[in-house]
Amino acid sequence: MNRRENLKLLFAGSIGAGLLLGCEPEQVKLKGAVIGTPGGRTEEEKVRDAKLLAERFFTEDELKKISNLVDLIMPADEQSPAATTLGVPNFIEFMMKDQPSMQTPMRGGLMWLDFESEEKFGKLFNSLETAQVLEIVDLVAWPEKATEAYQGGVRWFNMLRNLTCSGYFSTQEGWKYMGYQGNVPNVWDGVPAAVLTKHGLANPDKYAGVYLKTEERSKIAVWDETGNLIG
Amino acid sequence: MSLQIKETQDSYDVIIVGSGAGGGMASKILSEAGLSVAVVEAGGDFDPAKEEDRTQLRPPWESPRRGAGTEIRPFGDFDQAIGGWEIEGEPYTRKDGTQFDWFRSRMVGGRTNHWGRISLRFGPNDFKRASIDGFGHDWPIGYEDLKPYYDKVDKLIGVFGSKEGIFNEPDGFFLPPPKPRLHELFIKRGADKAGIPMIPGRLSMLTRPINAERGVCFFCNQCNRACQAYADFSSGTCLIHPAMKKGKVDLYTYSMVRKVTTDETGKANGVSFVSKIDRKEYKLKSRVVVLGASACESARILMNSKSKAHPDGIGADSGVLGRYLHDSTGADRMGILPDLIDRDRYNEDGVGGMHMYTPWWKDNKKLDFARGYHIEYWGGMGQPAYGAGGSMDSMRKYLKDEFGNPSPNGGYGTGLKKDIRRIYGSTLGMSGRGESIPQLSNYCEIDPNVVDTYGIPVLRFHYKWTDQEIKQAKHMQDTFEEILTQAGATLLGSKPGPESMYGLAGPGRIIHEVGTTRMSNDPKSGVVSSDCQVHACKNLFIVDAGPFVSQADKNPTWTILALSWRTSDYIIEQLKQKNI
Repeated sequence: MNRRENLKLLFAGSIGAGLLLGCEPEQVKLKGAVIGTPGGRTEEEKVRDAKLLAERFFTEDELKKISNLVDLIMPADEQSPAATTLGVPNFIEFMMKDQPSMQTPMRGGLMWLDFESEEKFGKLFNSLETAQVLEIVDLVAWPEKATEAYQGGVRWFNMLRNLTCSGYFSTQEGWKYMGYQGNVPNVWDGVPAAVLTKHGLANPDKYAGVYLKTEERSKIAVWDETGNLIG
Repeated sequence: MSLQIKETQDSYDVIIVGSGAGGGMASKILSEAGLSVAVVEAGGDFDPAKEEDRTQLRPPWESPRRGAGTEIRPFGDFDQAIGGWEIEGEPYTRKDGTQFDWFRSRMVGGRTNHWGRISLRFGPNDFKRASIDGFGHDWPIGYEDLKPYYDKVDKLIGVFGSKEGIFNEPDGFFLPPPKPRLHELFIKRGADKAGIPMIPGRLSMLTRPINAERGVCFFCNQCNRACQAYADFSSGTCLIHPAMKKGKVDLYTYSMVRKVTTDETGKANGVSFVSKIDRKEYKLKSRVVVLGASACESARILMNSKSKAHPDGIGADSGVLGRYLHDSTGADRMGILPDLIDRDRYNEDGVGGMHMYTPWWKDNKKLDFARGYHIEYWGGMGQPAYGAGGSMDSMRKYLKDEFGNPSPNGGYGTGLKKDIRRIYGSTLGMSGRGESIPQLSNYCEIDPNVVDTYGIPVLRFHYKWTDQEIKQAKHMQDTFEEILTQAGATLLGSKPGPESMYGLAGPGRIIHEVGTTRMSNDPKSGVVSSDCQVHACKNLFIVDAGPFVSQADKNPTWTILALSWRTSDYIIEQLKQKNI
């Protein structure tokens, strides 16, 4: 079981807390697993991460709204999966506890969805048809088109959009979609020639002899007395 | 982070308080001279080469917050520096409605784990500013005194750069610099048109090896996470740990120094510290005490070191202890470059900082402010993590379709997803980092009413910018707009005006605070001598940035390292001559 699956399990329902306390069969698999961010953590950080991961902020009802909305914001297409497939609701759940100042605006926005749905369609948001959901979302999803009365809703939806994108593009699938190629050991030898040509740019001639020659990367540097690199 | 109290001897030749740049260098030089050394550090130890401490190359999905900052890691969940502007149980206060934010790193290596590794020498003018513009004071030493030490620091630690022959930006023993990134070349085009120089960066990362102990940079852009190959400089990996391997160096971690203890004649004879683990008080004895706890923390220790011989604390009789506190100025601006929308993808990580920068290029005699600034540039295809794809509520309009129609701000769906992919890597910007003028009226002092969780009285700050810094920030904003515009970028946000002091960062925010135990050969205008020896206590020395008379428009670390080496040589000589 990898860590992401752990997180999914933890957030799957009320068994999450039980898992952490170690009273479910899955406990064996969790033993030794990293809970929270790995690498050089202080004791306080370890305790805090474990505590936040064990707590639940969203109600089932709220989580359903969030799941619906994040898939609307980042839906599946031919090149990438939907936000819920990438665990975005779990990430947002965690951020609510990690940065508690987001709790009230988020909860308020989710409440407003029901108010608006009742007004418009006489039922709660989670019971709306897709077209009705879009009608509600369109009131707040476009900052420059939204009327003055919906500016509060716009701010909430901006926050939800930002969180959704954070949770989406910080995954392996998100990196793939974005085309990000870094985070691996490599040797930087400047912008690829074709890219330079495309933009009509060149490395400054002045430093042609000064820049790192990648073939010399393993040679220990030696200088003369005035600081000229001679070996 | 390992938690243990070291059971060791309780008497040393030298006790060094703090393990950052200053303390690290002193521990190396003094232990290599055969002296027994205790390094007392308020935080824990770590080794980035050990898997349990590694954050380098971890993808964001290993963090439940996807790399977002936390209170103790404000620069991100994988940042190696533990501490921040607010530390639980270790408060500080402010006075008269003024502002100062104090950034601390509680760990071996201190803030060398945090800094951007921009490694600039102070130039000849930087030691003699009062003679040039009449503000503040000259240093009692000059560039020629520090040059041999800068040279040695370059070779010991490693810094890449290019020889330029600029008078006040002295060249050193440089490793080869990396080629520019794409956004840096675009900015260079703009800077060329604006007549503003841009030269290769000067950063302490090993583009080539300098010895067999440390590896070479593999271009992951994550120096702030600490390098498992030790290819960047931090005091822990490059100074403290090597010193512990080779010499008689004991490291006391989680040890918060309360005061320097003195004998009846007023000479230092050790330190008293609180163990953060058992919360008990401990005493260590030594022949010499060296403070490298950071400018403000060392000043705090001196102020709290009250005794019969030093009734107001050590060095208080100078009248300047805690005074002349000053930080670098800072302001930023950002733009979006239409040429970089829909850009080609490749690994653009590079080193953990800028490959090109602008040193100060103007003559202040022709300007309405006295001191200069350098410009740091940023942009590129950074790692998508917390914050990725954000701000489309205001940024999406910069994307145009094939007919030139802008996308609407905000939205959702596959169109939004595509626009985020299109805009990725097209924003860029710059930050000015400048010299402020030290003021007697900017200071830290002991708050008589507040203690930390260890019962140690805390600092209270009083700090105000003057017109000099505000005018400098205005100049920065004009310059930034010119470079960005000439580079073909569209400016983002509105230009900061007088209502925000032209975007001038609050004091302490640039994390270059210096000057609190400043250097002067007159005991009535400096806490330490030109050898960083405390006038009032001859076997007590300061090796952090407290002794700086003025902070140039450079980052302070390289000068801390050079000064600490010079001070360490002086300590060895004074011990040999039995003067201390």
